[in-house]
Amino acid sequence: MIAPLALDIAHLFAGGLVLVSFMLLYQDRMTGLINTFALHALVVSLSVAWQAYIQHAPHLYITAAIALGIKAMVIPIALHRIIVRLGIHRTIEPVVGIGLTMLAGIGLIALSIMVMLPITAQAGTLAREDLSFALSVILLGLLMMISRRNAVSQVIGFLSIENGLILAATGAKGMPLVVEISVAFSILVALIVIGIFLFRIRERFETVDIHRLHEHRGEQP
Amino acid sequence: MNEAGALIVAAILVIPALGAAVLALVQDDRKGAWLNAFISFLTFGCALALLVERPAPGPFLIVDDLNVVFIILSTLVGFTTSVFSASYIAHELETGHLTHAYLRFYHAMYQMLMFGMNLALLSNNVGLMWVAVELATLTTVVMVGIYRTPAALEAAWKYFLLGSVGIALALFGTILVYLAARSVVGEGLDAMAWSVLVANAHNFDPAFLNLAFVFLLLGYGTKVGLVPLHAWLPDAHAEGPTPISAVLSGLLLNVALFAVLRFKSIMSANPAALAPGPLMVTLGLLSVVFASFMLYRRQDIKRLFAYSSIEHMGIITFAFGMGGTLANFAGLLHMALHSLTKSAIFFCVGHIAQVKGTQRMADIRGLTVSHPVLGWSLGLGVVAIAGLPPMGLFMTEFLIVTSTFARAPVLAMVLGLSLVVALGALLLRLNGLAFGEPDGRSDPTKASFLPVGLHFGLVLAAGIWLPPGLVAWFQYVATLLN
Repeated sequence: MIAPLALDIAHLFAGGLVLVSFMLLYQDRMTGLINTFALHALVVSLSVAWQAYIQHAPHLYITAAIALGIKAMVIPIALHRIIVRLGIHRTIEPVVGIGLTMLAGIGLIALSIMVMLPITAQAGTLAREDLSFALSVILLGLLMMISRRNAVSQVIGFLSIENGLILAATGAKGMPLVVEISVAFSILVALIVIGIFLFRIRERFETVDIHRLHEHRGEQP
Repeated sequence: MNEAGALIVAAILVIPALGAAVLALVQDDRKGAWLNAFISFLTFGCALALLVERPAPGPFLIVDDLNVVFIILSTLVGFTTSVFSASYIAHELETGHLTHAYLRFYHAMYQMLMFGMNLALLSNNVGLMWVAVELATLTTVVMVGIYRTPAALEAAWKYFLLGSVGIALALFGTILVYLAARSVVGEGLDAMAWSVLVANAHNFDPAFLNLAFVFLLLGYGTKVGLVPLHAWLPDAHAEGPTPISAVLSGLLLNVALFAVLRFKSIMSANPAALAPGPLMVTLGLLSVVFASFMLYRRQDIKRLFAYSSIEHMGIITFAFGMGGTLANFAGLLHMALHSLTKSAIFFCVGHIAQVKGTQRMADIRGLTVSHPVLGWSLGLGVVAIAGLPPMGLFMTEFLIVTSTFARAPVLAMVLGLSLVVALGALLLRLNGLAFGEPDGRSDPTKASFLPVGLHFGLVLAAGIWLPPGLVAWFQYVATLLN
């Protein structure tokens, strides 16, 4: 059985991740957004490392290290460079107001707790709360992807969803390594794709505002 | 005996993977194109060998009666598309749409996509399957954006965003399935293996399974292109190279549907869990109704057939959702015939867009006069895809509608009406495209009609006479799906 204190710390990290997801929602500067995302990745790597410790699952340390190295360092640095080069480090254009987004975010967290807690009664205490936190992070990430116009913010929304998935995967005790590797792998691949896209978009339009892309469509749906 | 089977399965995966590496290095364009076709042919040959020999299921890979159908279909269409691709790409090079470096990249990605799809179909592990589907998605994202026009970039970006959200939801569902299985099967690889999951599904916690299935259906449903998660599909089809449109419609949508079917069989094995049928019926019917009306407003020829793909994936999902041996049989056959027909149509459309220099339907007229073979092939394809006799899709649509009439007459009415609406839209467009006075640009065709002929031949044959062996096989798979 897991000691109560160990459990509390695990919950602290998972709850902290939800909090940082919330912080991502109200950032109005690009640099602030990227720094908050680095914090997000840091919290997820701490959470995974703690899970590795209490579950005696050393392979999870690899996942934690990947989250720390790539998502908390490499990606934020790369994104900083991109926004400086594109000259968009000041502006974020939300589709709806920040206050409304925050309200929607609170609703989503309530929803995910209402959905997950009754169902996961048998899954063990650890998985139980972790799953509802993870679902909250995923839903907040989705909210961020739809409430921002800028390609870089959407990428950050997507990466925060991946963090939520890592939280869920590590909370599920004993899940085979395949998934951890796959998550890390997918982040890498996704990043390559994202990088290519960002640079190509830059090449063609001098902007990464997704709305500008709509102008080039041949046909409205 | 089993060793031979294992060797075959390994070959199906290794040939495309190695092929991708080799093709990335081949300098000569024509050689690359034909090598691509040759590699695809080898893979197809190996897939056929699975009919004779198959290995025992392992922790990662499995060959059973369900996925053999999908693998053979997938490798066959992969092969014919690579033949079409060779003639299509030659033209793209001449007109300067693609450079040599991009072409090498294209061929390598094509085999990578084949590898991803074969792995997804063969995997016995839900996690591995997820990775494979993601790999296939990412390769197609890159391929859709390969022309680098603003429209292509937008399509690829949209596809990438929606696809990754879908795939994220699917992973969450996969984790939930593992958690449901863990308390029964125990920790480790067994709790993620299909064969183990299906055998033990009756003991799983139903609440967990319900939640998991909702995520999985939405996640993989995005990749199937079910309404309201379809927004990426028309753009991705219209803006990428046409061989990729053919592979997307003909194969990748099937692979995603295959994933849904696998999870559906887990759900059905647990009597206390939510019945997956009604959810699939709802999404399927919604897709059919929506897409058939949307067909009228299309102005771009590739978008037209992309919406038709949404419609047909809706029909197939509907059929599998209704369940029962007859509906499953019809759904399975419809899926196979739709793959063959739709990819053949895209072969024609690719050549048409090249000879006319446009994808706008208003600028394409009188094809049967200016390019008789191309025009009549397109006509035949539209007749087939609209579900008119004597082509095979008529029979399967007829089976689906009639088997539904016996159980849910209202649903059958809606489905039947939508099919008629879609038929009207397709024939209306065909009339404009194929008949009348030709005008506008009109280059001679340098197309190979072998793939088109082969596909239509098979579809026609299926409509007139199905070999009893094939019928028995599909019926057996249909009972398995129940």
